[in-house]
Amino acid sequence: MHDAKYIVPGLVAFLVLITLPLWYNAAMGRSAVGPTLQYPEGESQCVLPKDEMKGEHMQILDDWRDEAVRDGERYYVHPDGTTREKSLTNTCLGCHGDRAQFCIKCHDYAGVKPYCWDCHIEPERD
Amino acid sequence: MAKSTRRGFLKLAGVAAVGMGAKPVYDAFARRSAPEQPTPPAEALTAKRWAMVVDTRKCLREHGCTDCITTCHLVHNVPDFGNPKDEVKWVWKEQFEHGFPEQHNEFMSDDLRHKDVLLLCNHCDNPPCVRVCPTQATWKREADGIVMMDMHRCIGCRYCMAACPYGSRSFNWRDPRTHIAKIDEGFPTRTRGVVEKCNFCAERLVRGEIPACVEACKAKALAFGDLEDPESEVRDLLSRHFNIRRKPGLGTQPEVYYIV
Repeated sequence: MHDAKYIVPGLVAFLVLITLPLWYNAAMGRSAVGPTLQYPEGESQCVLPKDEMKGEHMQILDDWRDEAVRDGERYYVHPDGTTREKSLTNTCLGCHGDRAQFCIKCHDYAGVKPYCWDCHIEPERD
Repeated sequence: MAKSTRRGFLKLAGVAAVGMGAKPVYDAFARRSAPEQPTPPAEALTAKRWAMVVDTRKCLREHGCTDCITTCHLVHNVPDFGNPKDEVKWVWKEQFEHGFPEQHNEFMSDDLRHKDVLLLCNHCDNPPCVRVCPTQATWKREADGIVMMDMHRCIGCRYCMAACPYGSRSFNWRDPRTHIAKIDEGFPTRTRGVVEKCNFCAERLVRGEIPACVEACKAKALAFGDLEDPESEVRDLLSRHFNIRRKPGLGTQPEVYYIV
């Protein structure tokens, strides 16, 4: 191979540069594996199956907000027939009581900053 | 390859247009059918047209009483900045001649003229604030006529404040959270940069409770009810006593009535 003395170090430098974020995170002790969330005890199912909640909770919250605030439709019928109030403070945090261990942990990891809690109130935990 | 003709091209274009139209049709049918909404909970108070009657005679008898204001501001987490420039208010008191500028006469009784009457959002039938809101953050509920605020949509342009002839709207110039003495968990706070006002306690009505100010009034000077219901307390009061509304000449049709 002609010019191997240039190409090989070049390739190595390129690989190091492109994988730098991985090395950086490893050096800082952060893992690429998502955070372990603390699920509510004694509850078997959320409003929708876990995977759907994971992917669509923001859309669900958005829809609930519009329906509750603007259309006055404040109750959601769960597929299992039970009724839940469309309320962030009462319904969501009613089960996911520890916001720091649930919402914040994952949002921090994902780098999103929802501003729900600028106005909505986190219930006092006993 | 076949020679392309105008006829062939038009046929192809037609088929393509049908194909493009098929997607929205398919989507409309494929859309998950929304779960059936339950009716409002049985305990919810409903009406065709909510209205309030303030009996100023009874109200003024309790000289200096601010129970309604205190209670309202407490349950709705209304901040107190301690200066009139930043003031946020849902219910407040103002001299009669200021609140009713078209309806005070030169030599009218001092019992009323310089006395503080209770003012709040009039929940107008023809609300000018709703007309000017560029984001529909404020709107009139079709079902019961309450003029609502959606803080999620408010962009803080304050057109509604300019439009409201009653000064019923307040702007959060500063972060309100830090100026609430005791946060009530039953109601969200607001954030800096949104407009707020009285909501006729819509959040309490759905729980079957009457507005907080009406409940708090020890003089029983406030009545709340359905104007469309001929048997309601408000209709009874209005039919038996002479009453006025604020700035009726503007055509906003306020739904807060004052017995004087």
